[in-house]
Amino acid sequence: MTLENDLKLWRSGALAAGIAGAVLCAIGFFISPFQFYRSYLWSYLFIVGLSVGSLAWLMLQYLTGGAWGVVIRRPCEAAARTLPLVALMFVPIAIGIPNLYPWSHAKVVAADEILRHKQVYLNVPFFLIRAAVYFGGWILLSWLFNRWSAREDREGPAGVHGKMAALAGPGLIFWGFSVTFMAVDWVLSLDPHWFSTMFGMLFMAGQALSSMAFLIALMVLLSRRPPMSEILTPRHLHDLGKFLLTLVMVWAYFSFSQFLIIWAGNLPEEIPWYLERLRGGWQYVALALVIGHFALPFALLLSRDLKRNFKLLAGIAICVLFMRMVDLYWLVAPDFRKGRFGLSWMDITAPVGMGGIWLAYFLIQLGKRPLMPLNDPHLVEALEHGRE
Amino acid sequence: MIKSIYGVMAEFDNPTALVNAARAAREKGYRKLDAYSPFPIEELSDALDLHKNRLPLIVLAGGIVGGLAGYLMQYYVTVWDFPLNIGGRPLHSWPAYIVITFEMTILLAAISAVMGLLALCGLPMLYHPAFNVPRFALASRNRFFLSIEATDPLFDARATPEFLETLEPKEVSEVAE
Repeated sequence: MTLENDLKLWRSGALAAGIAGAVLCAIGFFISPFQFYRSYLWSYLFIVGLSVGSLAWLMLQYLTGGAWGVVIRRPCEAAARTLPLVALMFVPIAIGIPNLYPWSHAKVVAADEILRHKQVYLNVPFFLIRAAVYFGGWILLSWLFNRWSAREDREGPAGVHGKMAALAGPGLIFWGFSVTFMAVDWVLSLDPHWFSTMFGMLFMAGQALSSMAFLIALMVLLSRRPPMSEILTPRHLHDLGKFLLTLVMVWAYFSFSQFLIIWAGNLPEEIPWYLERLRGGWQYVALALVIGHFALPFALLLSRDLKRNFKLLAGIAICVLFMRMVDLYWLVAPDFRKGRFGLSWMDITAPVGMGGIWLAYFLIQLGKRPLMPLNDPHLVEALEHGRE
Repeated sequence: MIKSIYGVMAEFDNPTALVNAARAAREKGYRKLDAYSPFPIEELSDALDLHKNRLPLIVLAGGIVGGLAGYLMQYYVTVWDFPLNIGGRPLHSWPAYIVITFEMTILLAAISAVMGLLALCGLPMLYHPAFNVPRFALASRNRFFLSIEATDPLFDARATPEFLETLEPKEVSEVAE
């Protein structure tokens, strides 16, 4: 078995699951368009996290310039190349705005003084323009980094690697701003009265965590076949595991900060958001997040041996990925299911459909270029680093 | 009269030779080894197998004790010692405790890391036999030393220095107790 066979096998599996999920979602659309859009939105946020988060990791490893990023450079590039598909997947959300966002209804806005004041920002044309800016920026960054990376493969790192490092800093700043505004637009405005200045950071941490967990699981899968079986060592994995631990903590830190401030303030315009999420069954989801998204992975990832164990670390990464989805569901769904926890069948078919199609496209992109950036100036260092 | 000795010490003039020597000595079966170098050498920890020690456990224990102490201290003050109605909240309002609990965890974990490090290294140590070797002062300048202690089960007053000689050192010297 070679890597090509593996990739082909995973690709067809992902595509089959994706098409099945998409067909079921299409049926669901005719049964209940409202539910379709709601399920679509939260699974879409997860996919955005994987692709945009990988773009952020790609830029971070150029910016810091260390050897740790060389092994994940190609998967990050491939995930960043899926961004045009991700932008295309935004179309149903753009169409479904009236089904998702209360501020898009003229009647609701007219009857609500706060929304009248927020209308300058929260209106459909400006919402779409902002989305276009986010995607435009992300796709442009992804295109430039991939183009320069291809040139580095052909002509060597002279000149071009410096350019990538120079763009990485401004690129990450754009990432911070775009993800903050994206979180406010797509998620926070589901409850247009509520506001939290921590919300964007929560999504930045979430995206970075989702994509790192995804990258770890992928690297472990790739390590079963050449060339990765000869390159990837416990030391590389140890570095990635440390990032996973860090981000689990960062996520918990941001989440708790937001909660503590709102809990302590106890103001009528802020606290309802948490009250909705801490009653009617949603409190158990919150508890599951505290344990599964923080306490458990945190305690386990403290172990050095575990971070160097391919299978165990991949297992934890997959659990973290699952908890990321739970977290997004807890952020999004209580606005539609006030006071009572619930899960529609479309909340399962939507992530399977979207995830399958995205994964298939990602694997096609991954297969297009060599798995290791052979002209990376840090390549030798990265290989040396792996040897005990 | 038989002089009691601490061990033997070999001097090398480059880090690679030191790492190779440490590796060779471990392979030979010696366990009571120590190496001295003017700067940290990452491979040396691997060669001497120094990765496992009890420090992480000490830090973990310190962190847990700190966290519990921080939480219980606040619980004692706000629930038992001086109960106050703050904004109609329950006396045991755990979210308010978390920040100090977290800080206390960090504080005691950090203190136990420093103290644990000193304790495990046996510091403060006013006397160490290694300094009986006149050239040892060079360990903080440009020489690299590997010592095998006399308490090693394999240690032999004649065979061990001979073994060190095979590793092509600059010099092998006996370390007086």
